[in-house]
Amino acid sequence: MFTYYLQLGLRSLRRNPILTALMVIGIALGIAASMTTLTVMHLMGSDPIPWKSDKLHYVQLDSWSADDSFYSNGRPPDQVTYRDAQALMEAGKADKQAAMFKLSLPIQPENKDLKPFRSLGRVTYTDFFGMFEPPFKYGGPWSRDQDRSHERVIVLGKVMNEKLFGGQDSVGRTVRMDDIDYTIVGVLDDWKLRMRYYDLTNGPFEDPDEFFMPFTTAIDLKQRSTGNNSCWKSPGDGWDAYLDSDCVWIQMWVQLDSPARLAEYKSFLDSYVGEQKKLGRFPRPLNNRLLDVNAWMADQEVVSRDVQVQTGLAFAFLIVCLVNTVGLLLAKFTRKSGEIGLRRALGASRREVFSQFLIESGVVGLSGGILGLALTGLGLLAVRALYSQYKTVAHLDWTMTGVTIALAVVSAVLAGLYPTWRACRVQPAAQLKI
Amino acid sequence: MEIRPILSALMRSKVSMILIGVQVALTLAIVCNALFIIGQRLDHMNRPSGMNEADTFYIGSSGFGQGFDAQATIREDLALLRQMPGVASATSTNTVPMSQGGWNTGLSLQPHQKSSTADSAIYIVDDKGLDTFGVKLIAGRDFKPEEVTDIKFGDSLRPSVIIVTQAVAEKMFPDGDALGKSVYLNEDPPTSTIVGIVERTQQPWMESSSIENSTFVPAYMPYGNSSRYLIRAQPGRRDEVMKAVEQKLAESNTSRIIGKVRSIEETRKEAYAGDRAMAIILGAVIFALLAITALGIVGMASFWVAQRTRQIGTRRALGASRTDILRYFQTENFIITTFGLIVGGVLAYAFSLWMMQAYESPRLPWYYVPIGFLCLWALGQLAVLGPAMRASRVPPAVATRSV
Repeated sequence: MFTYYLQLGLRSLRRNPILTALMVIGIALGIAASMTTLTVMHLMGSDPIPWKSDKLHYVQLDSWSADDSFYSNGRPPDQVTYRDAQALMEAGKADKQAAMFKLSLPIQPENKDLKPFRSLGRVTYTDFFGMFEPPFKYGGPWSRDQDRSHERVIVLGKVMNEKLFGGQDSVGRTVRMDDIDYTIVGVLDDWKLRMRYYDLTNGPFEDPDEFFMPFTTAIDLKQRSTGNNSCWKSPGDGWDAYLDSDCVWIQMWVQLDSPARLAEYKSFLDSYVGEQKKLGRFPRPLNNRLLDVNAWMADQEVVSRDVQVQTGLAFAFLIVCLVNTVGLLLAKFTRKSGEIGLRRALGASRREVFSQFLIESGVVGLSGGILGLALTGLGLLAVRALYSQYKTVAHLDWTMTGVTIALAVVSAVLAGLYPTWRACRVQPAAQLKI
Repeated sequence: MEIRPILSALMRSKVSMILIGVQVALTLAIVCNALFIIGQRLDHMNRPSGMNEADTFYIGSSGFGQGFDAQATIREDLALLRQMPGVASATSTNTVPMSQGGWNTGLSLQPHQKSSTADSAIYIVDDKGLDTFGVKLIAGRDFKPEEVTDIKFGDSLRPSVIIVTQAVAEKMFPDGDALGKSVYLNEDPPTSTIVGIVERTQQPWMESSSIENSTFVPAYMPYGNSSRYLIRAQPGRRDEVMKAVEQKLAESNTSRIIGKVRSIEETRKEAYAGDRAMAIILGAVIFALLAITALGIVGMASFWVAQRTRQIGTRRALGASRTDILRYFQTENFIITTFGLIVGGVLAYAFSLWMMQAYESPRLPWYYVPIGFLCLWALGQLAVLGPAMRASRVPPAVATRSV
């Protein structure tokens, strides 16, 4: 029966090609608009590290001025000072901990065919690799001892290793940066990060980090962060004054493996700030925060307001498209009252009429969905062209493809339900009179 | 006009009427709010930077090694740049408007003031700075060559003289006597004297709430081994000069990296890419929405015309003119659209209220909705015209034929 109804449906759709096209295009446009925006929103906001996002916490301490708060709504600064990062790293109270900042350095390749170039990387501790789990192709992270002894070691990103060494195993070789040689201890494999969620302050959608080096080494070499730096009073002159200042420029992450550890760490932070208050720092009321990955992403509005507004409007547009389809199907099915009456009089049950017309609207929905999927692809292409920084989040994955098709069929069946119900309530007798 | 028969006919097909009404209502609400957002974005994008954007571009240099003399490099580079053909003016600078990165500081009237009086972006330029930016000096004077000092990277700025924008001057000294006054860039003395006021220079950050608060400081201050230059070409020669400058700087000193040369126009385009994208996306939604709604009306009206062919024939046979039939469908559309628009007007304000609460966006100005009414009435009339014309051509003889 299903195939027969399908044939009937297709025949009926072919009979009014313009009306059919109108319904299909309507659904397709509505689906494409809502799925394009929803995909961007979904990929932007979705958990980047689902297996441990509740264990990784971002440390915020309110070291800001007594007279002003960092954010107008009273939230603590988004980064910490060098003094505090240093103290928290030394205390080592978390299961894993990594202070970090963004650094740009000139690279002087051994290969004289390559011109020197600037490279953006990250300065951090070895725990970074255990916490954020980038995949290694060759070698591995540097050791804790190497952190302690400020060694000149480096982990290269995949792209950088390809650029400098043609993708070969370069562990043990050196790379010269700003006139200093660093020994390569590890090379990353392709790290599929949709966004650099561990540094939301400095552009989460920028290109991936090209190298990683020990925090202690960079401080030794007096390398200033290339990322955001905020001060509420002048740091004074020179490097030592800067390190000692209340300027915030470091991101601090900790891994806490259980709720108990989280509670312990919270009270540790509170007592740390309490001690600092005795030293005359931290003039503001106690305001520490330990947000996990998803809470921190929500706090920093990774999913921009524009994307949210676009998604809202796109769904409103989908509703208009559906209402439009309901109207058109209703018109179409009403015109077929005579045919329905005839079928009913010949013995078809309401149920059979219902399924016949539901299949017809399902076909409209499915065609709309398939066309919509293609249009969603185009829409995402347009998003990538319009927002160059969203290239990692404007892609269809299997989940979203499935959601698109499902949304299309569900929308079309929903849109078809009322007209179908009306159709099967046709009184045979009323239609058979001439 | 025969409103009553139209109304009673409509009452018999309530659902179809409601469907069109809902479409019109949602369309009005979305279009008004989307148009309003587009308008805001266009206003945002059209704010003047205050500088000459057509002829200017900038380029960065980063040296490597501990022995690199960044201060000397700046002087050599500027000397080289200034004698190049096609270069009208050149300066070193830490940043440029719209580049989204820079230095922000609080200006105070008292030492150790609790909160600063004005926030300001800092542009560290030399005595050719104002000329290269192309900003308009409206009071006082430009920097003198002897006022440009060397500042070591990592040291505080303690300029004896500064030039501020009118916005800063008015914020610091509302009485309009800023020229010659002293302000604090740090907590402690020395103070800096305002020797000049420029009409307007935007900060580098597009979302800043005090976008025109900027201060020029006369100094050469490299960032580590890096320096940056802003160059103004003679009118019409920018692109050619850009290429020449990139090549010349790269040749002049090989122990450094010359960054990509970028025009201010390009920087503006990038800075507003988000606004532009939003405007384009919303524009596309509006277009699609109006198209769908119009096609929906056409489809519905065609269906009604087909369904009522016999009745139309009967009316024509009973003496109704073609115009009467045309009028009938037009009036019917007008009534449905009007119902939809009334609901849509309420919805439009509700949307706007929600946006105000969720996103702190401004209130939808009242006139958007009435203008939307006019546009959608027109759209409805246009959409129904085709089917209505077809209806008016139904011959009276139809009434006598059976199905």
